[in-house]
Amino acid sequence: MKIHEYQAKDLFRSSGVPVPDGEVAATAQVALAAAEKLGYPCVIKAQVHAGGRGKAGGIKLARSRPEAEKYVGEILGMTLVNRQTGPQGKLVRKLLVEQGLDIRRELYVAIIIDREKEMPVIIASAQGGMEIEAVAQENPQAIYQEYVHPVTGLADCHIRNLAFKLGLSKVQQKNFSQLLTHLYELFMKTDMSLAEINPLIITGKDDVIALDAKVTFDDNALFRHPEIAAWRDVFEEEPLEVEASKYELNYIRLDGNIGCMVNGAGLAMATMDIIKYYGGEPANFLDVGGATSAERVKEAFKILLADPKVKAVLVNIFGGIVRTDLVANGIVHAVRGMDIRIPIVIRLVGTNEEEGMRILRESQLNFITEGELADAVRRVVELAKGDGSCPF
Amino acid sequence: MSILVDEKTRVIVQGFTGREGTFHASQMIEYGTRVVGGITPGKGGQIHLDKPVFNTVEEAVREEGAEASIIFVPAQFAADAIIEAALAGIGLIVCISEGIPVQDMVKVKNFIRTTRSRLIGPNCPGIISPGKCKVGIMPSRIHRQGKIGIISRSGTLTYLAVNQITSQGLGQSTGIGIGGDPLIGTTFVDVLEMFRKDEQTEAVVMIGEIGGSLEEQAAEYIGKKFKKPVVAFIAGQTAPAGRRMGHAGAIISGGRGTALEKMEILKRNGVRVVENPAEIGATIKKIVA
Repeated sequence: MKIHEYQAKDLFRSSGVPVPDGEVAATAQVALAAAEKLGYPCVIKAQVHAGGRGKAGGIKLARSRPEAEKYVGEILGMTLVNRQTGPQGKLVRKLLVEQGLDIRRELYVAIIIDREKEMPVIIASAQGGMEIEAVAQENPQAIYQEYVHPVTGLADCHIRNLAFKLGLSKVQQKNFSQLLTHLYELFMKTDMSLAEINPLIITGKDDVIALDAKVTFDDNALFRHPEIAAWRDVFEEEPLEVEASKYELNYIRLDGNIGCMVNGAGLAMATMDIIKYYGGEPANFLDVGGATSAERVKEAFKILLADPKVKAVLVNIFGGIVRTDLVANGIVHAVRGMDIRIPIVIRLVGTNEEEGMRILRESQLNFITEGELADAVRRVVELAKGDGSCPF
Repeated sequence: MSILVDEKTRVIVQGFTGREGTFHASQMIEYGTRVVGGITPGKGGQIHLDKPVFNTVEEAVREEGAEASIIFVPAQFAADAIIEAALAGIGLIVCISEGIPVQDMVKVKNFIRTTRSRLIGPNCPGIISPGKCKVGIMPSRIHRQGKIGIISRSGTLTYLAVNQITSQGLGQSTGIGIGGDPLIGTTFVDVLEMFRKDEQTEAVVMIGEIGGSLEEQAAEYIGKKFKKPVVAFIAGQTAPAGRRMGHAGAIISGGRGTALEKMEILKRNGVRVVENPAEIGATIKKIVA
């Protein structure tokens, strides 16, 4: 789960990780009051779940009240568009107004769990303020890593190693050490999967401060952090994905026109791949999971069909342990009573599949059944290319 | 031969009396797996599915000589269940549970390395040696004893592949789902090493997916050491970057871990990579026929 910069900074502040003074605002009035209180120059920052805000015009330095008024007006309510937000962009509903600081150096620091080494790793670079992926590509030796074994935890030597590589003075080292110690504790305590500070700045007074804060939490661990789970901002998520999550359906909206309903994440990915292989474009990833009840199937159909781009639907169910006749009944029950005007191609394989297919055929609903996956996909790709009318 | 489990393996079920545990334990017993009992703390002394229930894994090992365990407990208790099994000396621990926090797995993995236990999963369908033993949740009906080894990060996608292989008149030596999480106990390379030594296994079908670098490691291992033919499919060729595709481990981050990268390196190391998952069965048939 992602949170906003202002939320991450509140968390940092209360955990001893230094951040600039600042206030969050949802209206221009509150934002300008905050600017007056903090003094000029101050920074106006769009609060959306996406990086690259500066280049997209979502971060501005205001040197005076008129400038603050201008930028607050521009940014609040704007739709911020860049590669990370996708073409539809993200509406800016909140601003973070922060004090301007005397920046002498911009560094980078992040903590993630390394999958290969199976332990947390601290990543740091003297080249902060730019995309770390670009640094990694052009100048990989400028990125330093310290792996933290769970038995030792963060040790002084990890911090020293990084501080010397980053070329910090003695006072800066002390401040950096405090910040990193608190950040690491927070990372572990709250089950973060990413804590990234870019840039981490050094001021004229040798203070080390998190100028930005990007935090992601492990969804699987949210059950033990209800106070963090409460920070979820559904306005930042795709509405259909939010709806799907209510029914524990795993749905991700994509750009194509073939709606997919599949059981199992791997099979759902493979179904998208095979659609593309035969020249079609999947409209979504949707894993209905193992317990394919009528209720879930119905909700899944509703979500699929709420996407106006969808011209045809492919249902691909491998009923391993689940009886496919029950799944078929679920599909019939779900679709009956829904006004569906686009073709639905269904492939059901597994226990009692003959019975399942019979139920679908005899339902009088406009299903097209196929036994082979390749045939089913070819069929749905062909139908999606048509005018979208029902073939019956 | 098969790898890891056979008809003699003495298996216990952790989370025995729960809904999932009960259902899959009875399926395993029906398949012929030698289930010698199960664990549900507080229900020790009872009989469930005609097998003894124990409070602790330690008791089950002492009383019944349990060698392998399959775990069905909810995700928040699963790390503890794995640690308990390893401490009791269980040699093979199969964890089905999905949704274990990553930090729990960091502890588990760094601990289990200091023991003699092997962990399969979590978030996996388990392991089957057709005709002998099933310690998992896969549909046994689609399997048939044979010479193809199966390794996969997925569940239902594996069933799709197994079904195709069986339809081609071939069978499986052992099928292992290694799990869809970012941190898992047994990797492609671990299983390939076992298949290399297994006489029954003549060829391998490997099903990977986006995210991480287990497929890349497997490719290098195959290039250097693995002489039996391998057919691979990588799911997620069309997945967008930065989105978690169902499995916690299936995410392309920082441009790494894409399907294309994995397919290229596998090809370079002599693996037959199929782009269309409907062709897995036909491809392996051509190779071993």
